[in-house]
Amino acid sequence: MGMFDRLKEGLSRSRQALNEVFYMGGEVDEDFWEDLEDRLVMGDMGAEVAMQVTDDLREQAARDGLTTAPKLREALVARLSREFATAERDPFDDTPSCVLFVGINGAGKTTTCGKLAGKAKDAGKVCILGAADTFRAAAIEQLEVWGERSDTQVITRERGVDPASVCYEVIQQAEKDSADLVLIDTAGRLHTSPELMRELAKVVKVTRKRANMPVSVVLVIDATTGQNGLNQAKEFNDALELDGIIVTKLDGTAKGGIAVAISHDLNLPIYRIGVGEGLDDLQTFDATSFSRALVGEE
Amino acid sequence: MFNSLSDRLNSTFDKLRGKGRLTEDDINAAMREIRMALLEADVNYRVVKGFVAECKEKCMTAEVLDSLTPAQNVVRIVLDQLTKLLGTTESRLTLAQNRTPNVVMLVGLQGSGKTTAASKLAYLLKKQGHSPLLAACDVHRPAAADQLETLGGEIGVPVFRGDGKDAVAVAKGGIQDAVDRLCDIVIVDTAGRLQVDEEMMQEAVDIKNVVKPDQILMVVDAMTGQDIVNVVTEFANRVDFDGVIMSKLDGDARGGGALSVREVTGKPIKYVSMGEKPDSLEVFHPDRMAKRILGMGDVYGIIEQAQQAADQQNIESAERMLREGFTMDDMLEQMQQVRKMGGLKKMIGMLPGGDRMLAQAGGNMDDSQITRIESMIYSMTKEERLKPKKINGQRRKRIARGSGRSVQEVNQLLKQWGEMNKMMGKMRQMANEGASSKKARRQMKNMMRGFGGANGLDLNQISNSFGKGMKF
Repeated sequence: MGMFDRLKEGLSRSRQALNEVFYMGGEVDEDFWEDLEDRLVMGDMGAEVAMQVTDDLREQAARDGLTTAPKLREALVARLSREFATAERDPFDDTPSCVLFVGINGAGKTTTCGKLAGKAKDAGKVCILGAADTFRAAAIEQLEVWGERSDTQVITRERGVDPASVCYEVIQQAEKDSADLVLIDTAGRLHTSPELMRELAKVVKVTRKRANMPVSVVLVIDATTGQNGLNQAKEFNDALELDGIIVTKLDGTAKGGIAVAISHDLNLPIYRIGVGEGLDDLQTFDATSFSRALVGEE
Repeated sequence: MFNSLSDRLNSTFDKLRGKGRLTEDDINAAMREIRMALLEADVNYRVVKGFVAECKEKCMTAEVLDSLTPAQNVVRIVLDQLTKLLGTTESRLTLAQNRTPNVVMLVGLQGSGKTTAASKLAYLLKKQGHSPLLAACDVHRPAAADQLETLGGEIGVPVFRGDGKDAVAVAKGGIQDAVDRLCDIVIVDTAGRLQVDEEMMQEAVDIKNVVKPDQILMVVDAMTGQDIVNVVTEFANRVDFDGVIMSKLDGDARGGGALSVREVTGKPIKYVSMGEKPDSLEVFHPDRMAKRILGMGDVYGIIEQAQQAADQQNIESAERMLREGFTMDDMLEQMQQVRKMGGLKKMIGMLPGGDRMLAQAGGNMDDSQITRIESMIYSMTKEERLKPKKINGQRRKRIARGSGRSVQEVNQLLKQWGEMNKMMGKMRQMANEGASSKKARRQMKNMMRGFGGANGLDLNQISNSFGKGMKF
């Protein structure tokens, strides 16, 4: 199964939803526009963004004389894919590279870390995992299991130690082993906790200072997240200057529309999207494919 | 900055305020705002549609349109509707009386907070006098059982972790283990699963059929977006859960999902989970939640928490304060009391209009003010703490240097202490006058209990820290 198929399968529910709009007799009337807006809102894109996209499309339709559903759909794909920021470099392919994973509790940081280590191994890269989530019970053990699965070295210290010190050790080890890719898992935290955000800022600072390779800070966000996702991304970005995001759990019925808003508002590229449980289900993001799959292009 | 639901509704009604009579257009404008606000709060689109239509209908009566205070009427209607939607009665855990052990099963998506909620629930039940056992039936996520075991160890609740890959067998083993250990409630923590994952959903059904839970609770992340409707509908169809635990409500998500869940499945929200600590699972109160969403504050929540924090020791220390006056040590203790209750931010968020104040403060209101005061008090000698009156200019300078604060801040702290002490003096007077009658003394004691439980001063403290002289 090709990448596009997998993505399409993952996003099949959203596709169905939008297809209904485009196939309903093909008539473009007031109901069509209202329906389109509704569907976009239901995809977690946010009421304001949805209205804006619909209005823009409507204007374009009038200007360019787009009267049929297929033409409008093509325009919508183009419009949506423009919303995504483009990545200058891919921190997982352009090695050597060090990546810190941040996000709220339960977003899927540890799992993403583990999967990326597996992929790096497959690509023949030397990868090191750093267990800087020293807060959550058994987070270290969880990462160790992922390390075993992908035969990757995991640098750990006991639970409760300063996460920044773990990062320091990880970088040190990475230098010794001349590792290509360093992936560091941090503890999940709500963006509303100033103390925890300060702690994370310190972790990032220490890592950036110590590392002799480019350091990227990547926000991991759950596709089911609603409008609060934008708050999350803003707060994390303010505190840490994010480099990009990874959207997980797109294999459910959630449409991940919040990613559109985040990428657009904060000009952050989406590095990977998770559309399933397997290693191969963590895919490189492609704006056009994503928008296509979302809109239902065959 | 994103507007919260209460901000949006407040601004809507600020616009309506001052209007003598409302027209249908005014109502429409208000409803549009409510619609947008609810959508931004992640209430499901369809639920919003129904809600707004119903509210509008209720608002279009002569009673509202002709009344002198139409805005207030609209607020009341929206509040009533919201409360109704959230469930009109508070719903607790219902367990069969004649069954030992009772079984509670937790289900939900990955990362919604099931394992954390399981340990919190165990802690709550233990506090209520039960003897719970945690069964770690998440055999899929690496180290999930380790996590539960660690959490169980922290709160002193036994954890059963079977070996192998069969969640159903582990669940069965957990029940047997509870019988052996004479535990009266088993909390079954299951793996996170997507509602479209047929195999995993079947596993949940299998576990359910084997352990026959008294209650199945679904853990739902308060930050979930529109998709919440698909998720809970499917879970309701397959495992037919009895109620919901809303997790991560300590963030700034408005938890509009609570409305959707209730409306779509009819299942009640039973608990809300508000933090990392084991005691942060609270019973869900629909009326409070609705008020909170509308920015009307959760006053009851504060009172309840204050009562919990005020234990016998506080009453004793309050009586000592009466006899000997209010010292800096007492002030320190009160600061720590505020922390115990979840910090300033949580307390302010619960007060009427608190959300707006927090937004005004830039949303980064934290407990640094408390930390500052603590550091200043810690920089005092024992003698100074007992008799703050003897802190002269020289000593002030030393305290400022020692705590890294300015002399002005030390002055402010002393001024605050002075006010508190004056208040104490008044109370002492009252106590002395009333000492002859038993009733008066009892009243006094009650008053002191509230006082010792960190009220009066802290509210002053809160308003001071805003520097805008807001009064409660």
